[in-house]
Amino acid sequence: MKRRTILKGGAALGFASMLGGKMSLAQGLEKVKAGFVYVGPIGDGGWTYQHHQGALAVQEAYGDKVEIVWQENVPEGADAERVLTQMALSGCNIIFTTSFGYMDPTNAVAAKFPDVKFEHATGFKREHPNVSTYNARFYEGRAVQGHIAGKMTKTNKIGYIGSFPIPEVIMGINSYYLHAKKVNPNVELSIVWAFTWFDPAKEADAAKALIDQGVDVIASHTDSTAPLAEAAKTNGAVIGFGQASDMADYKPSPRVSSIIDNWAPYYVKRVGALLDGSYAQADAWEGIAGGEVEIGEITDAVPADVKAEAEALRDSIAAGTYHPFTGPINKQDGSAWLAEGATAPDGDLLGMMFYVEGITGEIPS
Amino acid sequence: MDIGGINPAVLIASLMVASVPIILAAIGELVVEKAGVLNLGVEGMMIMGAITGFATAVATGNPYLGFLGGAIGGAGLSLVFGVLTQFLLANQVATGLALTLFGLGLSSLIGQGYVGIKPPLTENVPFGPLADIPFLGTVIFDHDWMVYVSIGVCAAVWAVLKYTRLGLILRAVGESHDAAHALGYKVVRIRMLAILFGGAMAGLGGAYISLIRVPQWTDGITAGAGWIALAIVVFASWKPWRVLLGAYLFGGITVLQLNLQAAGARIPVEYLSMSPYLITILVLVIMSSGKGKAALNAPAALGQNFHASR
Repeated sequence: MKRRTILKGGAALGFASMLGGKMSLAQGLEKVKAGFVYVGPIGDGGWTYQHHQGALAVQEAYGDKVEIVWQENVPEGADAERVLTQMALSGCNIIFTTSFGYMDPTNAVAAKFPDVKFEHATGFKREHPNVSTYNARFYEGRAVQGHIAGKMTKTNKIGYIGSFPIPEVIMGINSYYLHAKKVNPNVELSIVWAFTWFDPAKEADAAKALIDQGVDVIASHTDSTAPLAEAAKTNGAVIGFGQASDMADYKPSPRVSSIIDNWAPYYVKRVGALLDGSYAQADAWEGIAGGEVEIGEITDAVPADVKAEAEALRDSIAAGTYHPFTGPINKQDGSAWLAEGATAPDGDLLGMMFYVEGITGEIPS
Repeated sequence: MDIGGINPAVLIASLMVASVPIILAAIGELVVEKAGVLNLGVEGMMIMGAITGFATAVATGNPYLGFLGGAIGGAGLSLVFGVLTQFLLANQVATGLALTLFGLGLSSLIGQGYVGIKPPLTENVPFGPLADIPFLGTVIFDHDWMVYVSIGVCAAVWAVLKYTRLGLILRAVGESHDAAHALGYKVVRIRMLAILFGGAMAGLGGAYISLIRVPQWTDGITAGAGWIALAIVVFASWKPWRVLLGAYLFGGITVLQLNLQAAGARIPVEYLSMSPYLITILVLVIMSSGKGKAALNAPAALGQNFHASR
């Protein structure tokens, strides 16, 4: 056979398979290849670990009909675009990008592969019909943590290790502070920005700096267990919370509770939708009620009454009777944000780039 | 006596702790480079030390054996580098970079079963009443033993390089391996020993991170400390005491910026975050513009492979 004929044949075959792919999409796919892009290592014990648990749940749920691939430690930025392109070229039907910083790369690559579905975690840009976003209402969990922090602090100084100044993190800080303040009017919040999602040594240093400043309850918004390891050195004087994952190894203290991100239901649902043909662009934002945010066991290091209050708070949020951002709430500069009884619209939260009244310091721009 | 809400004694104490891994890795690399070998695999050797040290400490329940395990792990990986570059004459830069990638992957593999385990606790050196001295007690007499080891190693390397025959031979090999060879010194053997020392020190530094500073194992736990150690060697213009100074400066500013944030200083965080790197660059410029000329201080045979046939 001549080379040209082979090429022609190949082109025809490719075209046919493209057509086939398109047609079968309407009625669902026979087999789905799902890609997962991680910002840290799976072994971080936190954020990425939980996403990977979700990926494994997809495999579990659909067995042979699903093939999962993943890549760890993908830097946010140009590298992400390369990894995404590679995944799309290698035949992934759906790609989950699991960090805020992948927002622009995800949309850029999605433009080039209209047949591939892209799902971006914690972002807000859906520039193309094949880009969906999903997020979890972590601030609901932060409210419970804030309540515990306000009750438990003896020095009236509580701390928060921020990763990057983005709405998702600022929302958490505000919710944490508001609920600590509600039960302890004297509480002061120190915020340290680590400017990293994952750097155990730096996260430990940040925790140490807070402890040196007299902080005795630390919440962290970075991915590793290092802040808890640092708090553990104080022999119970300082407590903290599991972030993203349960971090049960640090029970009963310093880890007194945790926010667990449970991505499995969402991942299973989306891949399932692709298999049965019901897939549609979405903007998902579930919280405690939807099971995406779970509050890890509150340990005995917390007094029984505080534990009961925290659990009541959790249940009222889950039931929808209480919204963590319920007015009156002023912004940091004293201007009004929410009127008495008003609850925060999702749009305000997703673009939240201000502290609430009472928090000192400025948000790095 | 707080300055801007920060207690200077506590600050100095924490910067000494934060700098230990960098000091150890950098002083090891300094000896390697003094022998004329450029090993860019510091990061890989550190993380190997971090996991082997962690695994040893967990298995034996003894943190001291853990550090020994870390040193052996780092030295083991450096042996790969040594064989490739000294006997098989592979390119040092490429081999070093490959070593880092290899170390990161291998450590992650070994570490699979160690996530979430807590290592045995390393106690602070008991100085008794000395630790209660105001200021000095916190700064000097309230640390784990590795802090003192890191300073001791700097002193020992300085003394050996400056005052002993061994130091002279090491420097001769690094300045001109042909001349050293002509004098009858075993160039390859000396370089292998220097590489092993560098690996052991990097491993020790890595073990410090996983056993004391962040007492846990997580993939990628060194997070670039090895690269900073490499920069510190150049920064120090291959002088042991300056390694200590450079590491304290770098560690100090990193700790200071976090403390300033925690204390609520009204300085934009961006400036604070970039300050360690900014000051490192600044000092590099100042040092290399002076009479000493940092660049001229580099070992003349740095990065060149040696073969006796030439």
